[in-house]
Amino acid sequence: MPRLTLPVDPARDHTRGPDDAPVTLLEYGDFECPHCKAAAPIIQDVLAELGDEVRFVYRHFPLTRTHPNAMQAAVAAEAAGAQGMFWEMHDMLFDNQDDLSVEALKGYGEKIGIPDMDRYRAALEDGHHLDKIEEDFRTGTMSGVNGTPTLYINGERFQVSWDKADLLGALQEAAG
Amino acid sequence: MANELLQPGTPAPDFELPVGPGETVKLSDYRGQPVVLVFYPADWSSVCSDQVSLYNNMLDMFAEHDAQLLGISVDNFFSHQAFAEDRGLEFPLLADFEPKGEVSRKYGAYNTDYGQSQRALFVIDSDGVIRWSYLSPMGENPGADGILNALDDLDES
Repeated sequence: MPRLTLPVDPARDHTRGPDDAPVTLLEYGDFECPHCKAAAPIIQDVLAELGDEVRFVYRHFPLTRTHPNAMQAAVAAEAAGAQGMFWEMHDMLFDNQDDLSVEALKGYGEKIGIPDMDRYRAALEDGHHLDKIEEDFRTGTMSGVNGTPTLYINGERFQVSWDKADLLGALQEAAG
Repeated sequence: MANELLQPGTPAPDFELPVGPGETVKLSDYRGQPVVLVFYPADWSSVCSDQVSLYNNMLDMFAEHDAQLLGISVDNFFSHQAFAEDRGLEFPLLADFEPKGEVSRKYGAYNTDYGQSQRALFVIDSDGVIRWSYLSPMGENPGADGILNALDDLDES
């Protein structure tokens, strides 16, 4: 099975849960991908169930030729992340996947209460954070991402499924 | 069952296959640049997990290696055209349709049980020699890491 080529780094990556958790679940995802949207509540459930046993990491894999709004949605998440609100935006984007226009993305920023809206809007309009998103994409391709979402458990591609029982079982097993 | 997958070091068998009405693509036309040959079972698999769509989203990365991507399945060119239009595919899909699977067989990438191409990948160098090949297990989308590593190796040699 392919493995992650870029190790998780809490300084660059968006993480949820303790850095010393025995298990790290990493997703390469696309905010406009319906499968990623479907996987989001399952991942959330599983994380809630396992508590401090699991750290979750999200990296961008925008399929820009398939999903025309995926890149700007990734920018919105990064721009929110620059103000400490990545996960709020992550959840907002999957909840509102049917409208990821730039105008809508600005509205979501207001809705989650981004402190500096001018800076957030400028990031969206001028396409900030593209280098990081591209780095995510490139490291994903080198790590064997073969569609979205692609999940890794402790650095190893988890190919089975993102069905709740399968995922929970695999994470529990990895936690020992 | 399948015949043996062609291995690195083997000259890539030349072929000419239809991509549209009265329109064909010949492998040897791409001599002088690397070619990534992607054999896949069928058009119209589900979108986000689709191997062909993944590669389409990576065309810029293949272009950095000056590599030409070619998709091949036993679907006819009408299916290919509709599929390419639906998914916005920007690289040629070749119809290995008549005689069915002839090119796939030559590359050892044909599954006679299913009457389809296997998921098989080949990286061919600018002289037309196979430099890397990979047969994916049934039902598993191989992703692109193997292709990218092989193209990196070509650049270094």
